[in-house]
Amino acid sequence: MHASLPDANTLITRLADAIAPTLTPETLIVGIHTGGVWVAERLHGLLKCSLPLGMLDISFYRDDFSRIGLHPQVKPSNLPFDLEDRDIILVDDVLHTGRTVRAAMNELFDYGRPASIRLAVLVDRGGHELPIRPDFVGLAHAVPSHQNITLSRLDDGHLTLTLA
Amino acid sequence: MNLQLTPDGRLRHLLTLDGLPRAILTQILDTAESFMDVGEREVKKVPLLRGKSIFNLFFEPSTRTRTTFEIAAKRLSADVVNLNIATSSQTKGEAILDTVDNLAAMHADMFIVRHSQSGAAHFIARHVAPHISVVNAGDGRHAHPTQGLLDMFTIRRYKGEFHNLTVAIVGDVLHSRVARSQIHALTTLGVPEVRVIGPKTLLPTGVEQMGVKVFHDMEAGLAGCDVVIMLRLQNERMKGARLPSAQEYFKFFGLTLEKLALAKPDAIVMHPGPMNRGVEIDSEVADGPQSVILPQVTYGIAVRMAVMALLAGGTA
Repeated sequence: MHASLPDANTLITRLADAIAPTLTPETLIVGIHTGGVWVAERLHGLLKCSLPLGMLDISFYRDDFSRIGLHPQVKPSNLPFDLEDRDIILVDDVLHTGRTVRAAMNELFDYGRPASIRLAVLVDRGGHELPIRPDFVGLAHAVPSHQNITLSRLDDGHLTLTLA
Repeated sequence: MNLQLTPDGRLRHLLTLDGLPRAILTQILDTAESFMDVGEREVKKVPLLRGKSIFNLFFEPSTRTRTTFEIAAKRLSADVVNLNIATSSQTKGEAILDTVDNLAAMHADMFIVRHSQSGAAHFIARHVAPHISVVNAGDGRHAHPTQGLLDMFTIRRYKGEFHNLTVAIVGDVLHSRVARSQIHALTTLGVPEVRVIGPKTLLPTGVEQMGVKVFHDMEAGLAGCDVVIMLRLQNERMKGARLPSAQEYFKFFGLTLEKLALAKPDAIVMHPGPMNRGVEIDSEVADGPQSVILPQVTYGIAVRMAVMALLAGGTA
């Protein structure tokens, strides 16, 4: 079953517009692999950030490691800046249980002590299991637990959301 | 049945690189790459193995290997216990298993085993409960898989690929568990030419069957090499009349700048340590610009983290 969802690029523009007024030259944008990095790359461009983009792979911080093991393709995290006392905007594609965001925050703190972290997500699909809510959201769209919203990237770089 | 793999093909124990598929070797190297940056962060730890207990069971002395395993386990947030069990006449099979059973009763999750007898780690792996993993940290002349893996990681970091390389392993291949693990890994990863160079008395008979070319002189053996791996010459071998003297050995098989010039200009020099300076390697080479001997030690931590993380995940 495929229901129609808004265009991902429209949602990214909406996110950028919401984030723009809060931005300072010191704000760091950090995307969570893999979908969060795609969104973060777009935001980074739209918001004309001067500082480099950060990327997190939270595989080493997942809370289900002892049950399911290591993700077969762990990518290195890349935070090419000092986090100490910075304002961070953490970006993910879909917010579901909140466990990924928790793991990402744990990892960020192992790099330093940021002044603040705010969360930007393309879609908040509900089903939260932790007290984690987005500060910036492209679309709030509750989805039953047996369904999934996924962001995919085509060869030409175009991003699309699908519900299945 | 392969003791090292689960029925669905995942790593269960790491005992030898012989027979491990290329996909697993590559997975370990890729995972190690991800762990590299952890060592450079403010907090050099990830929480993956929180709550797990890892026992370093060393029946044979070791500094570097034991220390890097310990650091690797600690960077994964595991609890580590080091046991240096003196190799005495007590070291019989039965006594080893008693030790293992006692440690298992203390809720061990993983054993890192170094033993002077070939097959010791296999012996323990066959004995332990299903949730316990065993890593061979060197058994007799047989295997030293994590050293072999960290050597592959080093080669990949400096050379990028394996499919276009000529690699020479020089020295006492006969007594070297490191050389065996290296040869298995190099051939599995697709290195087209693996050479062993050494005097006849220090090369195992039939070593060609492992897929290597045999050389008895450095001039021919080093020509055109991308990677030169020196092996430690164990002093006790001298007593066994396999070699006339350390000086004589150095003259023919010691790596000097002069001999290294026969390899490619960008060749790297590796050594598993500890080095005998002036026996198998000249200090000018060991400390020179082509030496990657100290990076090997650093990479050893990331590689051992990768092995332990892959073994410990998905077992609960």
